[in-house]
Amino acid sequence: MMAPEPLSAVKERRDGALEALVGAIAYAGFLGVVFDRRGDELTAVLHFQERLIGNPVLPAIHGGVTASFLEMSALVELAWQRAWTAMEVENLDPAAIADRGLMRMPKTIDFTVDYLRSGLPRDCYARARVNRSGRRYASVHVEAWQDNRLRLYAQATGHFLMPRLPTDD
Amino acid sequence: MQSYELKPEHTPAQRDRISRQFIEALPFCGALRMRIEGTAVAEAEMSMPYDPAIIGDPETGVVHGGAVSALLDTCGGLAVSLHPEGTKPTATLDLRIDYMRPARVGERINAWAKVYNVTRTVAFVRGIAFDVDRYQPVATATGAFTFARRPKE
Repeated sequence: MMAPEPLSAVKERRDGALEALVGAIAYAGFLGVVFDRRGDELTAVLHFQERLIGNPVLPAIHGGVTASFLEMSALVELAWQRAWTAMEVENLDPAAIADRGLMRMPKTIDFTVDYLRSGLPRDCYARARVNRSGRRYASVHVEAWQDNRLRLYAQATGHFLMPRLPTDD
Repeated sequence: MQSYELKPEHTPAQRDRISRQFIEALPFCGALRMRIEGTAVAEAEMSMPYDPAIIGDPETGVVHGGAVSALLDTCGGLAVSLHPEGTKPTATLDLRIDYMRPARVGERINAWAKVYNVTRTVAFVRGIAFDVDRYQPVATATGAFTFARRPKE
């Protein structure tokens, strides 16, 4: 019987995969979006900065920042679920995952943002739920909040085209 | 969400100047280096340059859809502010973006938006984003914005 994998090795592998995914997206760095991971669950975090303001009078976060943050959360969640399966279920190493195109980003087909409250000048959080994920298309719902998880400040639904894999016909 | 304070009685020159000053004062519009290309009654055209910092897909270098949304949202909000019957700043209620094709790497992205209907409380907006050819859009947008229509005399 094999000894269980050390905790540090498990964390390193998972955090490394997430970093490889998010670190490659320039726009995530531009906005200041990072991802918190608990097991396979991701929470997107947008750290507030002055440059994200769209209404200096209120002040409020720009609607385009909110739309970007939610779309980013949906895309990363989709890519992450695919990478997670490859890494944790199929036990592929990072090089094999990249070779098989499993780190490629899906493409947005459409995205609808529902602005429920104005975005206050503080940190924002978002979680995406994949409601349907087929070989070609996926449908994702995203919820975003600030101080209170149950008082959403925005939500969104989008459809995505999954990247073709070398194994696809 | 954002708001724009504009008086409907402005002449085209005043309208251009005020909307330009206002948009350029918004920090996030500055971060994306947005600029106004033109305004008309209840209609606006804006653009932003290609920038490696806003790439969404590292494999192709294509700008993130969220940045295109931000441009369309701002342009839509400006169009609402340029509606002659409006009395208050506006905010986005909802915005749907359909992505027609990836934006070309290295090209400026333009947006055009027009208010096609208003009620007492809501402005309905449509818009497109394009790079080199406005008849081959990168994305289309449909949105609802808050609106406060001037009471009939």
